[in-house]
Amino acid sequence: MSEDVQLSQVCMDFGNFRAVNKVDVTIKAGEFFSFLGPSGCGKTTILRLISGFMDPTEGAVKIGGVDMRGIRPNNRPTALIFQNLALFPLMPVWENISFGLEVRGASKEQRRAKAEELLQLVDLHDSADKRISQLSGGQKQRVAIARALAVEPKVMLLDEPLSALDLKLRQHMRAELRAIQKRTGVTFIYITHDQGEALAMSDRVGVMSQGVLQQVAVPNEIYNNPVNGFVASFVGENNVFEGTVTDEKAGKAKFETAFGTFGARLGPNINKKSSARLYVRPEFCELKATAGKDNSIPVKVSEIAFEGNFINVFCEDAKGLTRMVQMQNDPSSPPPKPGTKSHLVFDSARAVVLAETGVDRKA
Amino acid sequence: MQEMLRRYGYGLTFIMSLLVAFWLLAMVVVPNIILLEFSFRPYLPMVDVGGPKDVYSFNNYLTFFTSPIHIEVFFKTVIYSSLVTGICLIITYPLAYILSKVVKPTDAATIFLMLLVPLWVSEILRSFAWFIILGNTGPLNALLLYVGLIEKPVRWIVNYQGVIFGLVYAYILFMLFPIYNAISALDTNQIEASKDLGAGTIRTHWRVVIPHSKPGIASGCVMVFMLSAGSVIVPSTLASTNSRWFTEVIQQWMFEGLDWQVGSAYAFLLLVLCIMFVSIVMRVLNVRLVDIAK
Repeated sequence: MSEDVQLSQVCMDFGNFRAVNKVDVTIKAGEFFSFLGPSGCGKTTILRLISGFMDPTEGAVKIGGVDMRGIRPNNRPTALIFQNLALFPLMPVWENISFGLEVRGASKEQRRAKAEELLQLVDLHDSADKRISQLSGGQKQRVAIARALAVEPKVMLLDEPLSALDLKLRQHMRAELRAIQKRTGVTFIYITHDQGEALAMSDRVGVMSQGVLQQVAVPNEIYNNPVNGFVASFVGENNVFEGTVTDEKAGKAKFETAFGTFGARLGPNINKKSSARLYVRPEFCELKATAGKDNSIPVKVSEIAFEGNFINVFCEDAKGLTRMVQMQNDPSSPPPKPGTKSHLVFDSARAVVLAETGVDRKA
Repeated sequence: MQEMLRRYGYGLTFIMSLLVAFWLLAMVVVPNIILLEFSFRPYLPMVDVGGPKDVYSFNNYLTFFTSPIHIEVFFKTVIYSSLVTGICLIITYPLAYILSKVVKPTDAATIFLMLLVPLWVSEILRSFAWFIILGNTGPLNALLLYVGLIEKPVRWIVNYQGVIFGLVYAYILFMLFPIYNAISALDTNQIEASKDLGAGTIRTHWRVVIPHSKPGIASGCVMVFMLSAGSVIVPSTLASTNSRWFTEVIQQWMFEGLDWQVGSAYAFLLLVLCIMFVSIVMRVLNVRLVDIAK
């Protein structure tokens, strides 16, 4: 039903530009795997390498153990869902869906039956004879999924197919995609720059930056234990402190900054001399009236963003940098007023010092 | 019209509309109406013009329907114009696809310039150049003899061959550009989606690229057919002893026979033919007139 996809030391050059650099990962059969990264990080190139629109400059792409070099997209067991879906506007819905079967020489009755069946699967009844232009964004999405499933691919490749949808529909389609993946058991490889999408849907996530795969792990591992500064700041929010490691012992570090010395966990590949940053997530920070013993900086509340279930409190530290504290919504204790002087305190077990691999930028 | 008023104001819109109206009236409608009126009148000595013998009739049209040679020339013009149209389509479709989807845009611009430069030379000269190229001792035969593909010179300008060569060469770009535009507008992802779903090159073209470029193909076919059927210079320059084009017959009536009345009737028959061809092409390719006009 599904196959694994093995990328071994895959490199892709466009002229002098290396879009993908030594990517080495095995995506298990039946897994929902996401490549997450900012635009231009090489994730779409990886998708095109797997689908066969190009072959890697170095390394190999294997599907089910078979080296795919030289095998063209029409002969690979993959189906790609394009970012703009690329439905055929001149064919009705059912012909779109059964196009892959038409190629394989199925009769009209077989094709029609399969199209109807897949329309049921993606929850689109009575749309077989509609024109593509008559469908809404979400419906087009479903047709694209059905069209890809029709060829019974071993591996399904999705290139940010939800990016054009509005928020509500996007969240709905996330669940839908996940459910379809579970039902069909096909290996899904999903490309996105939306961390929420990647974390919510995937079994595992690979975070990419500048053509390099920075970290491959399950979603909570990516969020809670990022391996470097890029992953930490690309996935989720962080309060970042620059400084140097002054002491390290059993995975714990003393980190000297302009605001004083903080205690934190020590991330991988860090030694005393390497330049590093301390990252602490806003939800692990607290605002307290009095200064804490450790890991505490004086701040002034500057802005409140009420998000519903939680509240983001933006503060200004002594250097004028913006710090962020996230607190749960609690009707009995209102958030602090802007202008309030306070102290931002965090637990050293929740802060981590990481090397600055990759680049700190958001898509 | 509303849009024009909003954008240019009353003064400019009025002038532009007036100029377009003038162009349509003075250069299209009025000359055609004059010809149409002529086509129903008899060819008379000057003294009888406007006299009792100058009455409307279908005699000029009957002249055509009672001349088997002219009918034959008419149908040969239709057949060979269609053939020219077909040849142009077969040559340009792959070229248009390659130029719009395979070649880099900067290279495509260079190729287009190279294709356009010959158009700067007058049609007469270009036809005459082909007359030389296709001549018995011309460069084409010399080349083929040198390469060894033929053993003795081939007579190229026999029957309609020379005319076909000339017309294809003269009007091929009118086929290339509309098809190129149509294919350029096709989202490349559609082609990739088709391949990704397992379709080979032929099916991808048949099911995705050609349906999308139909308006361009229709537009190109209509242009090439009308220009070919209406061409005078190419068929007369590259004519062989037994190739006659319907436009030449019209020319003979008008300028050799000085019978503008019959000539007008013949010209109108050609016009009716072209309108029929356009309708048939639109029907076959299932496109509307607005699609072609684009």
